[in-house]
Amino acid sequence: MLTRRLLGVVSAAALAALALSTQASAQEKKTIRAVMHAPLRITDPIITTAYIIRNHGYMIYDTLFAMDEQQKIQPQMVDKWEASADKLTWTFTLRDGLKWHDGAPVTSDDVIASLTRWSKNDSMGQALAAATKEWKRVNDKTFQLVLKEPFGLVLDSIGKPSSNTPFIMPKRVAAAPANQSIAEFAPKDWYIGSGPFRFVIGEFQPGTKVVYEKNPDYVPRKEKASWMAGGKVVKVDRVEWINVGDPQTTVNALIKGEIDYIEQPVHDLFPALKKSPDIVIHDQNKMGLLGWMRLNWLAAPFDNVKIRQAVLLAVQQEDYLAVLVGDPAYYKYCASFFTCGTTYESTNGAPDMKKPNYEKAKQLLKEGGYKGEEILILHPTDLKAITPYGAVTEQALKKIGMNVKLLAMDWASVVARRSKMDPPAQGGWHIFHTFWVGADLLNPITNAGINAKGKKGGFFGWPEDAQIEKMRADFIKETDPVKQKAIAAAITKRAFEVVMYVPIGQMQFPAAYRKSLTGVLDGPVPVFWNVEKK
Amino acid sequence: MGRFLALRLIATIPVMGVVAIVVFILVRLDRGKAAAQLCGDICPPERLAEIMTRLGMDKPLWEQFALWLAQLLEGDFGRSIQSQIPVLKLIGERVEPTLSLAATTLLFSVLVAVPMGVVAAWQHGRWPDRLIMIFSVIGFSVPVFVLGYVLILVFPLNLGWLHVQGFQSIGDGLGGFLSRITLPTLALSVIYIALVARITRTSMLEALAQDYIRTAYAKGAATRTVLMAHALRNAAVPIVSVIGIGLVLLIGGVVVTETVFNIPGIGRLTVDAILGADYPIIQGVLLVFSVIYVLINLAIDVLYTLLDPRIRY
Repeated sequence: MLTRRLLGVVSAAALAALALSTQASAQEKKTIRAVMHAPLRITDPIITTAYIIRNHGYMIYDTLFAMDEQQKIQPQMVDKWEASADKLTWTFTLRDGLKWHDGAPVTSDDVIASLTRWSKNDSMGQALAAATKEWKRVNDKTFQLVLKEPFGLVLDSIGKPSSNTPFIMPKRVAAAPANQSIAEFAPKDWYIGSGPFRFVIGEFQPGTKVVYEKNPDYVPRKEKASWMAGGKVVKVDRVEWINVGDPQTTVNALIKGEIDYIEQPVHDLFPALKKSPDIVIHDQNKMGLLGWMRLNWLAAPFDNVKIRQAVLLAVQQEDYLAVLVGDPAYYKYCASFFTCGTTYESTNGAPDMKKPNYEKAKQLLKEGGYKGEEILILHPTDLKAITPYGAVTEQALKKIGMNVKLLAMDWASVVARRSKMDPPAQGGWHIFHTFWVGADLLNPITNAGINAKGKKGGFFGWPEDAQIEKMRADFIKETDPVKQKAIAAAITKRAFEVVMYVPIGQMQFPAAYRKSLTGVLDGPVPVFWNVEKK
Repeated sequence: MGRFLALRLIATIPVMGVVAIVVFILVRLDRGKAAAQLCGDICPPERLAEIMTRLGMDKPLWEQFALWLAQLLEGDFGRSIQSQIPVLKLIGERVEPTLSLAATTLLFSVLVAVPMGVVAAWQHGRWPDRLIMIFSVIGFSVPVFVLGYVLILVFPLNLGWLHVQGFQSIGDGLGGFLSRITLPTLALSVIYIALVARITRTSMLEALAQDYIRTAYAKGAATRTVLMAHALRNAAVPIVSVIGIGLVLLIGGVVVTETVFNIPGIGRLTVDAILGADYPIIQGVLLVFSVIYVLINLAIDVLYTLLDPRIRY
């Protein structure tokens, strides 16, 4: 009898506690709970190009300039700026009210230290640094960029929206060497920015949970928010990034209302999301993501241009897009190295990638002297946005008679192995696949795949082509937009001719969020300012 | 007993030494992974080499091991390569969810499984026994993640009860804790109930066939007394043994459950660290798991002597 009574008391207490927990959740601060596309572990947006770290950067840091929805560069931390008549001296003045999260003012010294560090790692930063004579402090709020030679992309560089984004950090943090993370270099200050949100260090659980709270000292610009530009007005108290891990659980949690936002739900689960009347599926990033097949120019037989051309002709984009995305509403054919729908999109010299040309490909293999060498494809099995590519490429290359082997591994192993220049049989590789957001592939300088410096600073695969490098240098110096466009088209033609990489289409990864969220901004990076929660 | 405990504790030292060496070597089989993760997308070989040097990966293996061992002896498990947070702090933050899940699962499983096993033995060959055995077979066969998804579909999504995912510390409110821990506990318990119920049944059947049981009945003892006081007590040693082994398996097996229900525990920390090639975390977690394993086994051995006074060490 006593046991039954005890059981009754315990059950009643548990039910009461459950009820109280529901009430308590209604009274809590306005918090957006978001599941992003990847967990956050590294927090230095300059040391790596990973998008989740860039997204984190936008939460806590600010930028001098930013891109708006017209793809124009607009001032952000900068109040006014001017270029000298010869375009060699650029003077910038910071706007009033810029403060670090510890209350100290943002100064020219902070900006110069940040841009100096950024320009050591970023491709556009490196191009800018090569043309720079010096960064000069005029006073606490004014600084100058003095160039050695004309550089047509000054604002495009320091206002670039995607990785590596030139975020401004305190000088004592930005003094970190370019190959050392800020968390290691400045363990007490690395999370201090001047952006619209503050990082809550006490609640940071790497890989699991990141908490940001509204920065009450942030002074937003007066302009309307547009992409990464305009007024960054924060309308909630907190934003929590939760890494759920399992895609099905993530969707279930959104339907139940336990989370508010999913950056990239998997396409297979859209039917379940569409059934819920409380959920919106919205494509924030119209530029989407573009897939690549990268060939290793150092590894035979891909050191032979005819073999690379054979591979280019063997693939059709639809195969990759259908297997990864499925619904044609969320992908499109894009035979351009520069993001389709943007300024420098060009199909100059592109083959018809809607239909493979096996006969021509076989002929090129023959002309190139292919002798059945084994082609090793690095095949990550743990990255849903890349995993399907390997099998598609394997089938395409087998159809033209190539001897292909998929090497299954995790993505961390792909990252490690793709950096090896050794022959494939000794730990190197022939092919790997990857994808980039459209905002990173806007022009011949931001697109790392078009970098033709080879072993001296090129992207993995290390293509070397003097013609492309000459045209890239011309593009940088050119200040006339029409001529820049013509150079980009010429680069495209040459890039297809030598097969810098194989573009495998453009995909949309819409976000899903509850209707209780309003004001969600479009743009190449998901941001949480301007968002209200009812 | 004191001597036994001291000897057993001393015996753990070489075990831990072997574990440390194996863990260290395994993790370093592909030591370039961690540096490549930090190096980013434009990673010239010289920059990769600089990072390897900074992380101490260019030193001979024995020297790296000696440095790590010296750190360990000072109680320093190192820092995460990626977040620069001390490994012990990371493990400490993740212990509560895993231990909570393991504890609730253990408690629920034992409370359900032992009576089930007793009833099955008592009703041997009849329908309750068959029903319990059918449940055991199904419990063993259904993967945890399938059960997890079914539970989520039925309770939070269709009935609106309980949370789909997440963890809340019991210190932050019993209601939130129960609402989040119930489904993962149910999902994880099923296989464990199946295991313990079967062992209890087998052990009880053996005990019920003994002469002292017949004597107890002859004395007029009630069935409940015979089952619980005479049979179960004598059948307890193998049951405790299975519960102990099961607890160890449970800590290892929470990985899937933690993933399905998004519980930020040790299992997910391990998986994240492996995927991110963050080897100080992997080493730390494996060492801590090894210590727990050894200690649980020790606790089980001690428990034997309490349950069966005939057992002496």
